Amino acid sequence: MRKTCLRMVYELAKQDERIVFIGSDLGAGVMEDFKREMPDRFFMEGIGEANMVGMAAGMALSGKIVYCHTIATFLTRRAFEQVCIDVGLHHANVRLIGAGGGSVYAPLGPTHLAVDDIALMRTIPGMTILSPCDAGEMERLMPSTVNHEGPMYIRLGKGGDPPVGSHYCRTDAKILVMSTGTATQIAYGAWEVLKERVSLWHVPYLKPLDVDRLQGYVAGKSVIVTVEDHSIIGGLGSAVAEALLESGWSGKFKRIGYPDVFPSGYGTQDEMRARYGISVDHIVQTVKELRGITG
Amino acid sequence: MLDERSKHLRRQIIRALVGGGRGHVGPSFSLVEIMRVLYDDVIRPEDIVILSKGHGCLAQYVMLVEKGLIDASELDRFCRAGALLGGHPEHHVPGIAVSTGSLGHGLSLGIGFALAHRTRRVFVVVGDGEINEGSIWEAALCAGKHKLGNLTVIIDYNKRQSYGTVAEVQPLEPLKEKWQTFGFRVREFNGHDVQALRKWLPKWWNIRPHAMICHTIKGKGVAEIENHPFWHHKDNFTAEDGARLTAALDA
Repeated sequence: MRKTCLRMVYELAKQDERIVFIGSDLGAGVMEDFKREMPDRFFMEGIGEANMVGMAAGMALSGKIVYCHTIATFLTRRAFEQVCIDVGLHHANVRLIGAGGGSVYAPLGPTHLAVDDIALMRTIPGMTILSPCDAGEMERLMPSTVNHEGPMYIRLGKGGDPPVGSHYCRTDAKILVMSTGTATQIAYGAWEVLKERVSLWHVPYLKPLDVDRLQGYVAGKSVIVTVEDHSIIGGLGSAVAEALLESGWSGKFKRIGYPDVFPSGYGTQDEMRARYGISVDHIVQTVKELRGITG
Repeated sequence: MLDERSKHLRRQIIRALVGGGRGHVGPSFSLVEIMRVLYDDVIRPEDIVILSKGHGCLAQYVMLVEKGLIDASELDRFCRAGALLGGHPEHHVPGIAVSTGSLGHGLSLGIGFALAHRTRRVFVVVGDGEINEGSIWEAALCAGKHKLGNLTVIIDYNKRQSYGTVAEVQPLEPLKEKWQTFGFRVREFNGHDVQALRKWLPKWWNIRPHAMICHTIKGKGVAEIENHPFWHHKDNFTAEDGARLTAALDA
């Protein structure tokens, strides 16, 4: 997904001279073609995220469209005030691309786990949040990021994420599973087990959340389960709960994601997710329990 | 001695302090000559001024009034409900490029403006206390690397921050050497000396970014408030305060 995203930045930049790329201290060889072919619009600014984001805002306020990329935690936690004020307050056309959204960096420990990035970005007025589930969706959505008015946070999953079968599986079931990002791959796995017993809806735009569509999809549903590679505080589950409660929907509601802890224990991303219940088995079990309740 | 224009600008600041009943007094007074010369003698329409020490905004507002970008009556509503002008500069105000107030943001923003259009000049005014912020030094590294000859950082070195003297709170010396080491061409002079400001504020591009260390006096112009910590920010600035300070200015 990361490769596809960065390749799209390169492709889009070839067509639009306003596009600029800024990285912090990315891996050797990243965006080599961009640097070679468009050196005036390529910046690698070192391990100083506050400066990188402020500089991106200054460029955007001068008419550039700035794609700004580093590890998600350093963009959203480290440089939060620059993102909020320099980018957010000025509604600047900066696209923040966060690598390792969620628990991608599980083996590297809690300093690298971006399980609060969506929550942080959601608090910034006017920030659009894009969380695709696979490289294919990333490729489809990236062109829309060029002429978008205002700031965006683009959340990347892992490098070679497998493609998701379908983003919306509609059934007459009373249960709706909603998911975002690469957690949709897990939710889709659960759908393959449960099939017509649940509907599945993948949400790539977390902010603004399409509340009208949400209201349409939840009509007639009595159970909603949200699945995300993120804390249950402030992410998809929170956004959906807020919208649902205000829309008058009532029913059973369950968030699956990281609880209110710093996830620990290392291992692979899948191992860490499974340890905290973000797994096909746990989704299936949760749905069955809730289905029992509803009959 | 302050000339008539410098006194007039301070009277206008006092007008806003009375209008709002509050404001940053010392930090604005130390900036007057810097902002005056920038707007009167240095910048062209395409150039950018960023007041990174946003709490000195009154010194910028009065220059925007001088240049006809905002109406003088706005000073009387300073900080009041629904006013155009508040306690820190905001980008919706005519003539203000970016909103500042949280310290340490302006230099990176200025780098972005300077890199986007290398033919315009960008002036970033920072406070001495402000350059305690690490982001300033991230930005200094970056400006040095890019040899941003169209970028000038102006340091309002009034030697006092909110709690006490810079020397007590977070010493900056040797300041000239610090900026030089980061790749800046440094000038150091009296920041209330209009002739020196006219002479040294760069009007042309260079091969390196500039740092102008302007030695100033917090509260410059009124003996009662010069270097007095009580006058960093004043909450209940009354019409009597205004009259007294104005009289002292003219004395």
